[in-house]
Amino acid sequence: MSMDRRQFLKIAGISSILGFGATAVSSAKSPVFETLAPPQVEPGKDALIAKRWAMVVDMSKFKTEEDIKKVVDACHHTHNVPDFRNPDGTADTKFEIKWIWKEPYERAFPGAENTYMGEHLKDMPFVVLCNHCENPPCVRVCPTKATFKLTNGITMQDMHRCIGCRFCMAACPYGSRSFNWVDPRKTLKPEFENKDYPTRTKGVVEKCTFCSERLQAGKIPACVEAAPKGAMFFGDIEDQNSEVRKIVTTQLTIRRRPELGTGPAVYYIIGGSEHA
Amino acid sequence: MLEKAFEGGKSYWAWIFFLCALIVVGFYYYLQQFSIGLGLTGMHRDVSWGLYIGQFTFLVGVAASAVMLVIPYYLHDFKKFGKIVILGEFLAISAVLMCMLFIMADMGQPMRFMNILLHPTPNSVMFWDFLVLAGYLVINALVGWVTLGADKKGSPPPKWIKFFIILSIPWAVSIHTVTAFLYAGLPGRHFWLSAIMAARFLASAFAGGPALLIILSLIVRKVSKFDPGKEPIQAVGRIVGYAMFANVFFLALEFFTAFYSGIPGHASGFKYLYVGLEGHSELVPLMWTSSIFAAVSLLMLIFPAIRKKEGLLALACVMLFISLWIDKGFGLIIGGFVPNPFEEVHTYWPTMPESVITVGVWAIGFLVLSMLYKIAISVREQTAGIEIEH
Repeated sequence: MSMDRRQFLKIAGISSILGFGATAVSSAKSPVFETLAPPQVEPGKDALIAKRWAMVVDMSKFKTEEDIKKVVDACHHTHNVPDFRNPDGTADTKFEIKWIWKEPYERAFPGAENTYMGEHLKDMPFVVLCNHCENPPCVRVCPTKATFKLTNGITMQDMHRCIGCRFCMAACPYGSRSFNWVDPRKTLKPEFENKDYPTRTKGVVEKCTFCSERLQAGKIPACVEAAPKGAMFFGDIEDQNSEVRKIVTTQLTIRRRPELGTGPAVYYIIGGSEHA
Repeated sequence: MLEKAFEGGKSYWAWIFFLCALIVVGFYYYLQQFSIGLGLTGMHRDVSWGLYIGQFTFLVGVAASAVMLVIPYYLHDFKKFGKIVILGEFLAISAVLMCMLFIMADMGQPMRFMNILLHPTPNSVMFWDFLVLAGYLVINALVGWVTLGADKKGSPPPKWIKFFIILSIPWAVSIHTVTAFLYAGLPGRHFWLSAIMAARFLASAFAGGPALLIILSLIVRKVSKFDPGKEPIQAVGRIVGYAMFANVFFLALEFFTAFYSGIPGHASGFKYLYVGLEGHSELVPLMWTSSIFAAVSLLMLIFPAIRKKEGLLALACVMLFISLWIDKGFGLIIGGFVPNPFEEVHTYWPTMPESVITVGVWAIGFLVLSMLYKIAISVREQTAGIEIEH
């Protein structure tokens, strides 16, 4: 190749604007091209790997409010999720950041309730989180690829690239995304701060990442770990022998708003039996 | 030509300083927002876009509306628009500028805005919107400047500019279509998920933009010796009438589908806006103001006897502009977020700092518009053979 670096950068710049960047980079073999290729992260030697991560939740195994709180706290403490409170101690719904939280059945599955359903069913708690959709609208709309799909099915979020346009929040049909309206670091309690996980700045969007960083270190997601026995399952849905696959194959599960074609990877067991 | 913007009488400078004062106050609050974060606004996790994005959407329409003068003049050789087509092009420039500023004001991390170009993402509608808006700004600045420059010399504009003039027509349609696609392709936002969204956007744009142009033309005639002419203003008035009719018709189509289908999700946004939902009816008076203004202004524009009286035409245009501003600059955005994906109603109202920043951006737009119009008027006054003292 007789092309010098400057010329190359020009062409690469123009072609990437036209959307051909990926082909230009990957089809070339010279060292210049290699240095410009996007960095590839190899899974660590202990990493849990999957073709497509998925989660199954059986709410019948959550016996008390405390069971749910444990799950939420495990996640939020692991990921330095700020806890905005009003002076009276209730959650500040204006600035609130949520990765995993509790919603009553009629809110988690709107339109699925009916007039004759008992209040205890309408109010039955469900934990909700990012669904790590197969076809995520948030990824489709993001103008900077700050939210993107990993090959293992996880919908990731790059808080350093996010410009805070909040298009993803308008696009997500599950309300799973939170924006840092103000500096989140001020509300972090030092006793809960996890020094191994980054805190965020104001002006970026964040959400559940299926504990991508824990999977990398060979650990299951924090919420699954903290859940009561048999309440939350996590595994490779593409693997026929995985627990999640067996449950979804044999039991009746529902997903949130499946009619939208997003392909949620979080399944909820209805009327969970003992062996679920 | 630029020097003309800096030559003006007392009232011109008073107006400029007034706008500058608004800009300074707006900028002060913007700095606060910049340091504290968007928490300074009324937005929250459920209504995550508000006044800023509403203004952006509305102003894309104002920008696109220049085409309503360009098409008759350049495609149909409707000579009477010769004098005012420049007013449309300059209005487009300041409108696009405001659009971009509102996007910047709405960004959580404005310093990172170059990421849109550094990491181009063709599957994102926002990426395309950014490109078409920037392109539209360049096209209109080029066309306006070159044609006015030729006018000043008393020569016909160069032939090559015709290419850009014709290009501006589909380009104008594209900016508003792409802006509608920001909304119309999101699953789970029923209020926006409508195939007619882009058509509605264009109809409201071609009503609201030219209505503003009529008001501006009447002001120009009052404050300068440049008369855009009675007939062109009447012709624009007819365009506004047709476009407004289409807009109201399209809105009625939305109502039919939402309510006749009986699907709750499709109707809930409209219910929240027009009658209130779950005890929340904050926006109801505003939306009905918009509807009444729309109906009255449409009737006024339909009857030639009313339209031909310039005072009444101006009144109709002001009402129409306010109506569309409420509908598109506010209701359209909030209605998409209420109720939220959990079918809960969380309301939104802009805060004081947010409103002041919004006024500040409008002031920047009017400042640019005033200076551009000053230049255009000065050239027109000269070419009309009238020399005025500065």
